[in-house]
Amino acid sequence: MSKILACIFTLAFMLATHAADVEMLPIKIDVQDKARLQRGARLFMNYCSGCHSLRYMRYSRMAQDMGLTTFDGEIDSDLLKNNLIFTSATIHDPIQISMPAVDARQWFGKLPPDLSLSARERGASWLYTYLKSFYLDKKRPFGANNLLVPDVAMPNILAPLEGQVIAMPLGDEQLKLLSNSTLVTIAPGEMNEQQFDSALRDLVTFLVYVAEPVKLVRYHLGIIVLIFLSILAILAYQLKKVYWRDIH
Amino acid sequence: MNGLLKWVDARFPLISTWKSHVSEYYAPKNFNFYYFFGSLAMLVLVNQLLTGLWLTMFYTPTAAEAFNSIEYIMRDVNYGWLLRYMHSTGASAFFIVIYLHMFRGILYGSYQKPRELVWLLGVVLFILLMAEAFFGYLLPWGQMSYWGAEVITSLFGAIPYVGESLTTWLRGDYTVANATLQRFFALHVIGVPLLLLLLVFLHLVALHQVGSNNPQGIEIKKHLDSRGKPLDGIPFHPYYTVKDFFAVTIFLLLFFAIVFFFPEMGGYFLEHANFIPADPLTTPDHIAPVWYMTPFYAMLRGIPDKLFGVMVMGGAILILLFIPWLDRSPVRSMRYKGDYSKYALLAFAISFIILGYLGTVNTTPVKLCLARICTAIYFAFFLLMPIYSRYEQTRTVPERIDG
Repeated sequence: MSKILACIFTLAFMLATHAADVEMLPIKIDVQDKARLQRGARLFMNYCSGCHSLRYMRYSRMAQDMGLTTFDGEIDSDLLKNNLIFTSATIHDPIQISMPAVDARQWFGKLPPDLSLSARERGASWLYTYLKSFYLDKKRPFGANNLLVPDVAMPNILAPLEGQVIAMPLGDEQLKLLSNSTLVTIAPGEMNEQQFDSALRDLVTFLVYVAEPVKLVRYHLGIIVLIFLSILAILAYQLKKVYWRDIH
Repeated sequence: MNGLLKWVDARFPLISTWKSHVSEYYAPKNFNFYYFFGSLAMLVLVNQLLTGLWLTMFYTPTAAEAFNSIEYIMRDVNYGWLLRYMHSTGASAFFIVIYLHMFRGILYGSYQKPRELVWLLGVVLFILLMAEAFFGYLLPWGQMSYWGAEVITSLFGAIPYVGESLTTWLRGDYTVANATLQRFFALHVIGVPLLLLLLVFLHLVALHQVGSNNPQGIEIKKHLDSRGKPLDGIPFHPYYTVKDFFAVTIFLLLFFAIVFFFPEMGGYFLEHANFIPADPLTTPDHIAPVWYMTPFYAMLRGIPDKLFGVMVMGGAILILLFIPWLDRSPVRSMRYKGDYSKYALLAFAISFIILGYLGTVNTTPVKLCLARICTAIYFAFFLLMPIYSRYEQTRTVPERIDG
């Protein structure tokens, strides 16, 4: 026990030298990773879609882009309905929530935001940091608080996976600044830390994809266009040289 | 084909127009890098008109549906995302091209006699372009669209006596609202573009009347050959059409690299806060216009008095109109002007860039002070020009363009 405490304090010391603001954690995003997108979609539908809609995203588009298709390339609607659609929506509908707005306001104090564009608004790093910044706080209505967004209305929905996390104030004991705290897992959840981080990466990758589905084709098309233009530029330069031979 | 051409030419000045403006329009043979930006501005204008036309087919100009229709274009319209990114990147590209085009004019004295009118029409085009960009920026109806329009329209409130009523009249409501969006849409898609096209036409007619300037500021019409053609001039077509075509390909390479790989340009071309739908009840922490307006925005913010700030901001743009008469130098090009002019232009360019940067970030006392210094340098460049351009040692301009 004393060893663990010593470890924590050493770590705490190292972190205390950093800035008081919550630092954004780096995250690598690869939207082309279909397995990751599928796992992210599963996490989203199971943990987030009760409250958060993706109103600009259609189930069918998501299924098509993630390869949830049958052998002849058609959308596998059974697969989709059995695993990812938990409302009465058809496969061509946008991803909506069924929670009435009036109830949502009563329960959370505000409407849970639509997350279609959250990754473009905040950035992947912010989302990842936010989801990793929840900790136990008995003073909050849902028993959870967040370092990045203090007094957040959202409960720590991923707690069963992550385990119980508490915030340990760093540095001067009297200055218990929350932003200057470190998070410590006191009881493990269904996942260990690596698994949980990887799951969050799945979820954030999924949200990055949802924010701009065209990212999947944009780079590919861009390379073709740039190759075409490069060849055209070489030809244009040769043409210019021929015409300008006799000038000067 | 030849018969048709003759038939048309008997009824319309087709061949003579082609000759006088393209195939026998003599341009100086020493155009450099900066001279690409006139043609490129035309290219970007065409890009904006065409992509804008198609975007208009899918966009809904109402407060309730505008934001949704943009996402509809981004997701459900075939290649809608490409049209939108080409249009949004085109807006920033337009200003990059135009700023370089204007800098060229100042660098080589292209506003001097007899090209004053070309310059004046150009400045009016610049003002129209800023209006066009401002109106267009409201249309996505994001948070930054909304609050940007709210801040800029509120500037009219600084005008004594009529300010408040004028602001309400401009917005069509007490705040930026549906009525504002609809009138901005009308102005953006038809009102200002028609004026832009007319002025581009006049800008070119005026230019072709007096002929193009060049990096040395030498008047090529002074030395003509036996057929009355300038000795140092070459026909625009085919020489500059092929040269500009090469420039177009390089420009498009850069342009499409941004469109396909960095359409947000780190939040400078598409601001992050604009991915949140407009919310009149929540003011964003940090309101900043898009980068091309920030130099003028920094001047506005640097001045504590609102009315004076607005006057300074307006003055910073309008003062450009007077530059043909502020420059008293006997030579046109910076290559032959004296050291004062060179240092003045350098200080001007640097302070403009610093102001541009300052306009994008939150202000601190040090930055505020820096913004004021840069604003002073900006105005000093123009206001002191009659003095430093007159009393400096200039170099002799050669008679002919050197090979």
